[in-house]
Amino acid sequence: MMRAMATDLPIRFDGVTIASRTVTLLDRVTLQIEAGAPTVFIGPNGSGKTTLLRTAMGLLVPTRGRITCGGVEKSPPIHRAFVFQRPAMLRRTVAGNLRYALRAARIAPAGREKRIEELLALVGLDGFEKRPARRLSGGEQQRLALARALARDPVVLFLDEPTASLDPASTKAIEDVIRAIAASGVKIVMSTHDLGEARRLAGEIILLHRGRIIERAAATEFLNSPKTEEARRFVAGELLV
Amino acid sequence: MHENASALQLIRAGDPALFATVRLSLIVSLSALAISAALGIPFGASIALTHFRGRESVIVLLNALMGLPPVVVGLAVYLLLSRSGLLGTLGILFTPAAMVIAQTILVTPILAALARQTIEDLWAEYSDELTAMNVGPLSRVTTLIWDGRFSLVVALLAGFGRAAAEVGAIIIVGGNINGFTRTMTTTIALETSKGDLALALGLGAVLIAIVIVINGLAWLARRVGERIAG
Repeated sequence: MMRAMATDLPIRFDGVTIASRTVTLLDRVTLQIEAGAPTVFIGPNGSGKTTLLRTAMGLLVPTRGRITCGGVEKSPPIHRAFVFQRPAMLRRTVAGNLRYALRAARIAPAGREKRIEELLALVGLDGFEKRPARRLSGGEQQRLALARALARDPVVLFLDEPTASLDPASTKAIEDVIRAIAASGVKIVMSTHDLGEARRLAGEIILLHRGRIIERAAATEFLNSPKTEEARRFVAGELLV
Repeated sequence: MHENASALQLIRAGDPALFATVRLSLIVSLSALAISAALGIPFGASIALTHFRGRESVIVLLNALMGLPPVVVGLAVYLLLSRSGLLGTLGILFTPAAMVIAQTILVTPILAALARQTIEDLWAEYSDELTAMNVGPLSRVTTLIWDGRFSLVVALLAGFGRAAAEVGAIIIVGGNINGFTRTMTTTIALETSKGDLALALGLGAVLIAIVIVINGLAWLARRVGERIAG
């Protein structure tokens, strides 16, 4: 796979707060995301995982604080891509969705069809080119969303709970693709509330709770010897509320 | 058209005057629809995608304009195009061009209001994806219009229905001149007033048949499109 220059890393949050009048979604978050193994944000619903990913992507503007990507503030999402928990399928065929993403990423028309073939092969959707994207199953749509995100040839790929509400077979297919993408050098930054998924995919784990970072550690360290009370309870399967 | 002949007899006889009337009706209505689509759909889309002071008022006004009374529009266009009017020098009063202008004014708000709602609903679904793909404003509009095309076809049909059935505005600005600005609806109004109900009813049946055929073709195109693109 052709790789873009790694211009968007590291992603740095300096005291980032996202708040409305009544709710604080992220509370003075400071962290740096570097190249390397997948970074997985875990935490209960409403802990701020999705908000953090969307902010890093540039979809939300911090109420306070500063975000830089590769040292640049307000960097356009040229080398970053996002797969949403419920991806919207454009009203086109599978190939049409990828063609659209390639055009948006300003990939030259001459190389598009070959790239579509490569992307579909990568996510296991070969032969689906002419299928209407909106008629695919949930797992197939998620794989197409992955391929569409990869059409941007991203340096960083954000995945917001990519296997939520999928069956085990679809979950395995998605996780296999994520591992292949990570192995190709793309930085994976994802969220999940499924500890098993974090165990299978993460290089490092960051626990979020009530908009704050509670603990950050290498995956094995986090899972085997969590240091905070909240992390111990989360790893033990207790409910964090 | 011959006196005391029904429209069906005239159709069977291949009456040139009848076919000229039908042709003019279609030319005026479809021209007004095409101009309204070119103006109204992008306008509705831009309202859907932008936020500005007074936006809600614009939407309420746009929705209200869907109910514009045709005779009032006809009167306004008449005053505008009459010899002493602002556009009187154009000399197009009592021509098909004046009829197209009047119908365009009636149809544009319908297309703009329905397009605004369609595009706004689609934008709620697409906004994250298109923003994440770094898609620019103009490309967003064209994407949403294209992806909303099946719903917009319904808006076009509503607009065509309004134009094809319209009589109040075009009779004022067209003058119902035989062989020049006489359409199916103005002929029906005239023949009814003369008491030739057979011809009026026959023409009414022809008009309804045309509307049904056009709706049928649009439905077919939509079904084929949906089968291909979902």
